Amino acid sequence: MNILDVKNLTAGYGDFQALFGINLEIGQGETVAIIGSNGAGKSTFLKSVAGLLIEHSDDIVFKGENIGTLPAHKVVKRGIALVPEGRRLFPSLSVEENLLMGGYNKRKGPWNLERIYSLFPILKEKRRNPGTALSGGQQQMVAIGRGLMSNPDLLLCDEISLGLAPTTVKDIYDALPTIQKDGTAVLLVEQDINRALSVSDRIYCFQEGRVSLEGKPDAVSREEIKAAYFGM
Amino acid sequence: MEWVNTVVQGVLLGGLYAMFATGLSLMFGIMRLVNIAHGDFIILGAYLGLVVVTTLGLSPLLSLIIVLPVMFMIGYVLQRVLLNRTLGTDILPPLLVTFGLSIILQNILLEVFSADTQKLPAGELGLSSITVTGDLSIGVLPLITFLVSVAVIGGLQFLFYRTELGRAFRATSDDQETVRLMGVGNSHIFGLAMAIAMAVVAVAGIFLALKTNFDPTIGPARLLYGFEAVIIGGLGSLWGTLVGGIILGVAQAIGAQIDPGWQILAGHLVFLIILIFRPRGLFPRSVD
Repeated sequence: MNILDVKNLTAGYGDFQALFGINLEIGQGETVAIIGSNGAGKSTFLKSVAGLLIEHSDDIVFKGENIGTLPAHKVVKRGIALVPEGRRLFPSLSVEENLLMGGYNKRKGPWNLERIYSLFPILKEKRRNPGTALSGGQQQMVAIGRGLMSNPDLLLCDEISLGLAPTTVKDIYDALPTIQKDGTAVLLVEQDINRALSVSDRIYCFQEGRVSLEGKPDAVSREEIKAAYFGM
Repeated sequence: MEWVNTVVQGVLLGGLYAMFATGLSLMFGIMRLVNIAHGDFIILGAYLGLVVVTTLGLSPLLSLIIVLPVMFMIGYVLQRVLLNRTLGTDILPPLLVTFGLSIILQNILLEVFSADTQKLPAGELGLSSITVTGDLSIGVLPLITFLVSVAVIGGLQFLFYRTELGRAFRATSDDQETVRLMGVGNSHIFGLAMAIAMAVVAVAGIFLALKTNFDPTIGPARLLYGFEAVIIGGLGSLWGTLVGGIILGVAQAIGAQIDPGWQILAGHLVFLIILIFRPRGLFPRSVD
């Protein structure tokens, strides 16, 4: 049974429509990547699933429940966490306080402060620093840790490698197997196509608010991806 | 010694001003809500105290057992039912709505209690004082007011920096959208912030009513003192607000010492001077 079933999702901002009938599904414990150029609707899709945009027309079913009209603070209680684009740490909170905010909803599960610190040991050293005083990569670790602290069944990651040095990106992606091991499903939005293909079980390509390609990484050719990505 | 006495009285008065200011600071810090009706709510607290004291015969300080939770509830309901609807990217709707509330409150108070001035009976408390030296004596009531103000601010500081709710308040103050992704409902957290602000208002209202005469129209001036104390101290710093209140109180006391007519003016002048040299206040929050 799928953990997430999105059917014919439309969404936008005011008069601007960004998504036109998206169908997407994620199986239990599956890692799925969404690729696509800027403005394809990837982030809008994640925001819709996370409940930040609730004016969409059709349904988002998570673990058998329609969560399409639930606001964000209720969606996270159902087990969906979003690691937002640009990290969005709380500047007046320390690293540890940022992580603790992630656990605000008190969902039970395998993740706690100690486990986050063993996943990203550098954060334990810097736990008293303001979150925003860290390097970009470390801030990204805090943002991922904060998402995990809510013990999600589905972790949504929006462009977690954006603007980071390749070695830092590798450090962050090295944490993925540990996250997957607990059966947490992961939905990644990723601009780095090679990275997306190497870590995911399936990929979706978005183009102008529609799904232009869907498949397993080894079943889609470079040409198909190029055509779906650029619309050529 | 006369001047030492003036400064001491000013410091004690500053405690009351800090209490006027704390509620404002909380509301703006967490919700970006400027509450024009804040001073009128202080006066509402004073009248509620008067009703409790006259009907139940409780002492004014004990009346807080009833007035404080009532104001807390009024704050929560007001925020959930009315003020949350005014909050958004535009700063004008909350200003207009709270301005309207200010007028409505003043008129309701006028209708119910008339324009007669009132005062809560301070009794022995209002008359007794502690003699420090021959020339310097400290009134017990101003001293209690100041100590309560320090306790209120210390309590809020503990709430903000040592509890989970306080962490959620600070995170909401930083980023109202991202905090929703943590499971914090903005409407509820705003309601709680307003409720806590109103609880502080209740305490401020009772101490104001013990200190001085009040009538339905004096709210806006208390709002002004509150604003000045917040801005002198720097937005977002609770201890800064206390310092802001003290500076304002001392300035007014010194002004009054020079000439009774100069009391209010001296406070405003010091406020303007600080605004010119430290536009973000003395202890601004680093992330603003």
